[in-house]
Amino acid sequence: MAGKTTLKQRTSSLAGLGVQGLYALVMNALGFLMEPLQRLVGQRRMAYMFLLPNLLVFGIFILFPMVLNIYYAMTAGTALYPQDRTFVGTANFERLFTCTDYTNPNTCLEDRFWRAARNTGVFVVFQVAGMVAISLLTAIVLNRKIRGLGFFRSVFFYPVLLSPVVVALIWKWILQREGVLNAVLVSLGLDPVNFLLSGSWAMTWVIIVTIWANMGFYTLILLAGLQSIPAELYDAGAIDGTSTLQSFRHITLPLLMPTMMVVLVLALIRAVQMFDEVFVLTGGGPGSATLLMVQYIYNTGFGTQNPRFGIAAAASVTLGAVLLVATLIQLRIGRSSERHLA
Amino acid sequence: MSSRFRLLAIATAALLFVAAAAAQVELRVTWYDDGVEGIVLRDLLDRFEAENPDIRVVVDTVPYATGILQSLPLQLASGEAADMARVTNLGGLSQYFLDMRPFLSDPDYWETNFGPFLDWMRPEGSDAIPGFMTQLTVTGPFINRTLFDQAGVEVPTGDTTWEEWAEVTRAVAAATGTPYAMAMDRTGHRLAGPAISQGAQIFGEDGHATIDDEGMRSMMQLMVDWHADGTMDPEVWIAAGGGYAAANEPFINAQIVLYMSGSWQVGQFNELIGDAFDWEVVPNPCGPAACTGMPGGAALVGIADTDHPEEVAQVMEYLAQEDVMAEFYARTLFIPGHLGLAEAGIDFETDVEPAAQALAVFSSEVPNLHPIAYELQAYPFNFVVFDSIRDRLTQVFVGELTLDEALARAQADIDAVLEEEGER
Repeated sequence: MAGKTTLKQRTSSLAGLGVQGLYALVMNALGFLMEPLQRLVGQRRMAYMFLLPNLLVFGIFILFPMVLNIYYAMTAGTALYPQDRTFVGTANFERLFTCTDYTNPNTCLEDRFWRAARNTGVFVVFQVAGMVAISLLTAIVLNRKIRGLGFFRSVFFYPVLLSPVVVALIWKWILQREGVLNAVLVSLGLDPVNFLLSGSWAMTWVIIVTIWANMGFYTLILLAGLQSIPAELYDAGAIDGTSTLQSFRHITLPLLMPTMMVVLVLALIRAVQMFDEVFVLTGGGPGSATLLMVQYIYNTGFGTQNPRFGIAAAASVTLGAVLLVATLIQLRIGRSSERHLA
Repeated sequence: MSSRFRLLAIATAALLFVAAAAAQVELRVTWYDDGVEGIVLRDLLDRFEAENPDIRVVVDTVPYATGILQSLPLQLASGEAADMARVTNLGGLSQYFLDMRPFLSDPDYWETNFGPFLDWMRPEGSDAIPGFMTQLTVTGPFINRTLFDQAGVEVPTGDTTWEEWAEVTRAVAAATGTPYAMAMDRTGHRLAGPAISQGAQIFGEDGHATIDDEGMRSMMQLMVDWHADGTMDPEVWIAAGGGYAAANEPFINAQIVLYMSGSWQVGQFNELIGDAFDWEVVPNPCGPAACTGMPGGAALVGIADTDHPEEVAQVMEYLAQEDVMAEFYARTLFIPGHLGLAEAGIDFETDVEPAAQALAVFSSEVPNLHPIAYELQAYPFNFVVFDSIRDRLTQVFVGELTLDEALARAQADIDAVLEEEGER
């Protein structure tokens, strides 16, 4: 029997040969293209050739629109195409920043821009802080050996899989005048609350809903960070008699700091860019109580019959600049704390 | 031999089918629905396609607020719009409309039957024929007659002021346990009629919108008071966010006594309320200056960027025929935007008494509309006026602005757009 191959083995070896043949064909085809290119540009410049496709995509879909947006920010008029627009230099920025008292939006020429800026500031501070704290707490709990761990991990991650529009519609259904939450309040003998009619309630719920919708993602990152901390450190701490709080403060937190910085930066960027959930849940209202910066830009440039693309672009450039500075500051703080730990 | 022949026949048929499909022109219509008009349009287009197999018309139905008010202007500006569209911003978008005059067999028919409305949708000084009115609309209040009967309160007749209506409907709401006395669609268009009734002049000496006057102030103050004392349903203006919002659902659910909306709701109420309760339309309430609502309407227009202007005109010419339009208006319960049919009268297809009464009242309101209301409807920047009043007034409701600040801000919003347009 030895030396005889079965049909299955023969099929498997034929498939193996087929894959090898295909691989050789692809490599030869690539070689056919790359070898003359390498001869043409030289070996040292070949790295740029490999980067070129990605750079092209980046240039066309990111860099060019950014440059175009900066140009739009310096133009006025209602025409859509850049060549039809009037160049006005920094006039749009001057309009945005004309205020007699920056703490009072009513004194600003573009009061909605400043209302949106203030709302975005409040939203970012509370949402990011709440998001990181709750995600960390959840990750720590999920890192312990508890019953039904897989189930709980899935439950916390599940909202991330939902479309932001679905999330907002679910919560609108819960929070509206005759919604689920008011039905519960009434059944408990309490008065119903118009959650979406009060500015402070609306902002509170916007923060809660966006934390609920996104915390699963950050929990997962922090959980990965927690699992990468060697268990020996905790064992050594236990031998030295450290309490749970001490081991959290002196082992977990320092070693989790790089992951925390990633989470902070991502959460900050996502919070500043927040649009869809809030747009569907409150539409920026009541009044302008939950109008965030991206919705201001959308409303000014697209959500009207008479769009002001120049002002919208100027606000968008300003937002980009603020975000860049905030991220750089955050990274710098992160690096210095890492150095301090080292 | 026979199987070879069969194969040849199948191949020939397939070839002919592919050739016919390739020769067929596909036109797209961007459309929105208030009631059943989309179904009626499809029926009419099916008949058109049967008579004209070389043209296929695809109707893309979109939401009014996001599809027509927000996306369509950008599609038009970027040259990416459909071949035809149903629009309500007639003057503001007129630069993008197709002049079908060179392709129409009888332009005089259009001038005779749609003349005054063509001026709303053609650029100033032009004699273009861009389309026809799918409906004329008149704004006005609907009331829940059953609630009045249950409360034992008489429905006011004759010239009744807005303040009197507020008082009466509050009494009805209190007696029947209805959550709110009144509601108004969240748009400056609905507010404009009452404001003109209160004496708002809307236009300044330069012919552009100048809104800060006693009439506008008075109407805005009434709205502020009604939201503060719970007369008006706050879910519509305050909780609805930043754009247009209608109050048709609370009215259908008998949660409000009086609903300020317009004639386009008749078809929907006819379908959805049925005999659940008695509803009717009352004449527009009065102010010191007038008892007016706002005219308006939607038009089906050709889009200038279409690759098939001739075929677009062919479709439009079919739909604009008197008998086709008569069927469209009769089935949709829309006030006709065709002068010949308006004069002859439409035999509306409804057995529901309130629907017939509503259409009669709205039709009788047309001659009572104030000239400023017509002027505002034809104003190319009327949407700026409507949007700024709506948004700034909402800020007063929630305490972000005082009424004085809101009026000043609304005027500044209008001025900023006029400046961008090079008009002021």
